[in-house]
Amino acid sequence: MIGVVRFLGTNCDQDVFEAVHQVGLKPKWVWHQDHFDRKDFDALIIPGGFSYGDYLRCGALAARSPVMQSVSEAAKAGVPVLGICNGFQILCEAQLLPGALLKNNTLRFKDDWVDLKIVNSNARFGGAGLKKAHLPIAHGEGRYYLEQDQVKQLFDDEQVWCVYEKNPNGSLENIAGVMNDKHNVAALMPHPERAMAEFMGGEDGRRFFESLLT
Amino acid sequence: MKIGVRIMPKNEVLDSQGRAVERTLKQNKKAFAEKLKGCRVGKYVLLEVDEADKSKAIARATEIAEFVLYNPLTETYEIEVLS
Repeated sequence: MIGVVRFLGTNCDQDVFEAVHQVGLKPKWVWHQDHFDRKDFDALIIPGGFSYGDYLRCGALAARSPVMQSVSEAAKAGVPVLGICNGFQILCEAQLLPGALLKNNTLRFKDDWVDLKIVNSNARFGGAGLKKAHLPIAHGEGRYYLEQDQVKQLFDDEQVWCVYEKNPNGSLENIAGVMNDKHNVAALMPHPERAMAEFMGGEDGRRFFESLLT
Repeated sequence: MKIGVRIMPKNEVLDSQGRAVERTLKQNKKAFAEKLKGCRVGKYVLLEVDEADKSKAIARATEIAEFVLYNPLTETYEIEVLS
C-alpha cells in the first residue's frame, strides 16, 4: 500500500494517486490531520501543490501538521518516502531532508520540461542504474539552497539524487533532487506523475513509481 | 502583550524578491537609481501573547519564532515588545 499525503492546497494529489494506480500499485489517501502506523504503508508520497497557500514559507505549515509526525516516524523506521515539488519543500521544512528551497533567481514561475542527470541512482527511487530522465517542472520556489560548507558533504555522502542539465532556477550546483543520509527519503522538484505516457510528452515518470516497491 | 517578530533573509542568501523590488525602483526614478544602495524584503509577524510579564511574553514569542516563524538555514529574526 502506498500512502499519498494530502494537505489543504495540495493539487497534484489526484495525478499521483492515478500514477501509482497505473503502475499496478495500491494507493491510499492520507489526510493531513491523521496519524497512522508505519506498518500500514510500504511507501509514502508527498505530492506537489501549494499546501497552506505557501503562507509564511513554502512547506513550513504543512511540515508542522499532525500527519508529519507519523511520516517522520515512518521515515526513521526506514519506510521509503518520496517528495515531489511542494513535497520536497515540506520534507526540507520537516528536517527529513537537508537544505531549503528558495524563490527562483529568474523571478519567474517556471513551467517547462527539463533534462535530469541522476547523480546517485537508488533502487527505490527511479531504479538502480537510472542515468537520466526527461520530466516537467512547475515551480516558483525551486532554488535549492544549503550552506556552502555543507555542499561537499552532500556530494560525498551520495545524497545528491539528481541535477538539472540546464539550471532553470539558480539551484545550488544544479541540484534538482536530494536524499537523506539513510537514502530512504528522497525528493525532487520535477513532476514524474506528469510524464506517464507519450501523449503527456514523455513517460520517464513511470519508473519513479514502478521502483517504489522493488 | 503585543510582540513583533521581524524575519529577514540572511545576508549570504540571494534575496530575489528584494532584488526585483530594487530593480523596479531604480528603473522608475533617477533619484532612486542614484541613491538606493540596497533593498531586501523580509516579513513581520505581529503576535498577541497572553502574558502580563514582559520576559515571559518574550520567552513565549521566542518559542513561537523558533517553532515555525523562521528557517534558521536561510533567515534571521528579531523580537520587539510593542505594548
